[in-house]
Amino acid sequence: MSRRPYVRPVSKTTWYMRNGRYRRYMLREVTSILVAVYCFLAIAALAALADGSPERWNAFLASQQNGAMLVFHAVALLYFLVYMTFDWFKLAPKAMPLQLGEHPVSPGVIVAAHYVAWIIVTLVVFWLAGVF
Amino acid sequence: MSKRQLELEVMRYDPEQDEVPRFQTYSVPCENDWAILDALNYVKENIDTTLSYRWSCHMMVCGSCGMMVNGEPSLTCKTFIRDLPDKVRIEPLAHFPIERDLVVVLDDPVEKLYRSKLYIIRKDDPPPPDTEYKQSRAALHKFKQYTMCINCMCCYAACPQYGLDPEFIGPAVLALAHRYNLDSRDQGKSDRLDILADHEGVWNCSFVGACSEVCPKSVDPAAAIQQMKVEGALEWWKQKLPGGKS
Amino acid sequence: MAIAKKSVVWGLFAAGGTVSAFLFPALIALFLMVSEGRTPSGLQFMQIHAFAASWLGKVCLFVVIFLTLWHAAHRLRVVFHDFGVRQDKAIANAVYLVAAIGTVLTAFYLYRI
Repeated sequence: MSRRPYVRPVSKTTWYMRNGRYRRYMLREVTSILVAVYCFLAIAALAALADGSPERWNAFLASQQNGAMLVFHAVALLYFLVYMTFDWFKLAPKAMPLQLGEHPVSPGVIVAAHYVAWIIVTLVVFWLAGVF
Repeated sequence: MSKRQLELEVMRYDPEQDEVPRFQTYSVPCENDWAILDALNYVKENIDTTLSYRWSCHMMVCGSCGMMVNGEPSLTCKTFIRDLPDKVRIEPLAHFPIERDLVVVLDDPVEKLYRSKLYIIRKDDPPPPDTEYKQSRAALHKFKQYTMCINCMCCYAACPQYGLDPEFIGPAVLALAHRYNLDSRDQGKSDRLDILADHEGVWNCSFVGACSEVCPKSVDPAAAIQQMKVEGALEWWKQKLPGGKS
Repeated sequence: MAIAKKSVVWGLFAAGGTVSAFLFPALIALFLMVSEGRTPSGLQFMQIHAFAASWLGKVCLFVVIFLTLWHAAHRLRVVFHDFGVRQDKAIANAVYLVAAIGTVLTAFYLYRI
C-alpha cells in the first residue's frame, strides 16, 4: 500500500476571489491605503502650516477645492465608514471580552458603547473645528 | 416519508492509480431529514464501496467527519440536506493534503497540538493528594467556550492564512492554548506565549474571522487569537522590564 | 522561541486602528467640507495655526499621525502578502521606512510651527 498524498495548490494572488467572506475581508484591508493617504494629507497640511504664512495654508486648502478631490473625499468617507469604522467596532468585542460575575457582557453592548463614543468624538472634533 | 433525489459530486483520489483528483457523481435517494453524512453512507453501502471517508459519532462531538460541502468546511453529520440544493459538491477538507478520496492528512495540526503545551502547568509544589483545586463558576465561564473544540479542523480549512502559510500554528491550537491561559488553575501562560506568540504563531493571523464562522461548536477561535495577541504584546513588554526574563 | 518582535508593531497597529476608526471619519468629513468650499472657521489659518502651535495641539497631532501611520504600515505589509507579494522582509522594511519618514516629517513640521 503506497502513500502519495496530493497537495491541492492554493493561488497566492487570487485566493480571495473564492468566496464572499474572503472578498469582504480584502475590501476591509484595503482601507489601510486610505489611512495612509489621509496621514500624508495631514502631513502636507502640517508642512503648509509650518511655512508660517496664511498664503501657504490657503493654497493648501485651495488644492482640495476641485471636483476630483470632492469626489475622492466623499467616496473615501463612505468607504471608510463602512469597511473600517463599522467593521472595527463589530470586531472590537472579540478582543476585549468582559465578564460580570458569571455572565459575559453581551458583545452588542460593547459595540453600542463604541458607537456612542464615536459620535461623541466626532461631535467634539466638529465643534473644535468650528463646524457649529 | 418523502424522498429527495440528490446529486452528489464527490472528489475521488486513489494514490495508487490517479495522478490528480477527479470528481465522481452519485445520484442518491435521500430522506428529508438526512444529513449529508447519511447520503455518503448510502453511497458506500449501496452504490460504491470503494469511497473512503472518516466519520464516527454522527452527533457533532467527535470531529471526524469534516469535509467541504459546496465549498464550506462543515461537519457532514451537522449539514442537513434540507439546507442544501439538489446538487452538492463534496471535497476533502481544504488546505490539507489528500490521503485518499475524502480522507486528509492531519499530521500537521496534530503535531502542533502536541508541542503547544496544552495542559495545566503548575509552577508550585503539587498539593497533597487529598486536596482539590477550587474554581468558581465565574472562573469556569471565562474559558468554557474554548473547551468545546473537537479538533475537527474545519477552522484550518477556512483560514486563508493557513492555506497560504502552513507553518501558521492555526486557529484550533491557538484557541485551545487560550483555554489554558484563561484557566485559573493554570500558571503556564508565559511558557505557552513563548511558543504561540512566536513568528509562526498568533501574528500570522490577520483576523479574517472565517474560522469562527465555520466552527461547528461555536468556539470562536478568532476571538481567542485576538485576545492572545493582546496578551502577547503585553507579555513582550513585561519580559523587557527588570524582573521579567529576557 | 520567544515572543516575536511583531508583537510591538501589532500593539501600534491596534492603537492606530482604534484612533483611526474613531477619528478619521471626522477628519475625512472636514476635508470634504473644505473641498465643497465650506471650510469651517476652526480651519482658518489663525485658528488652526494657534492649535498646532500649542503644546497640547502638537502632542495630539503627533500621537494621532504617529499611531495611524504605523497602523497603515503594518496593515499594508499584510495586504501585500495577501495579494501574493511574498517577500515579507523587503515589504516590511519598505512600509516601516515610509512610516518612519512620515513620523520624522511630522515631528519636524510640528517643531517648526
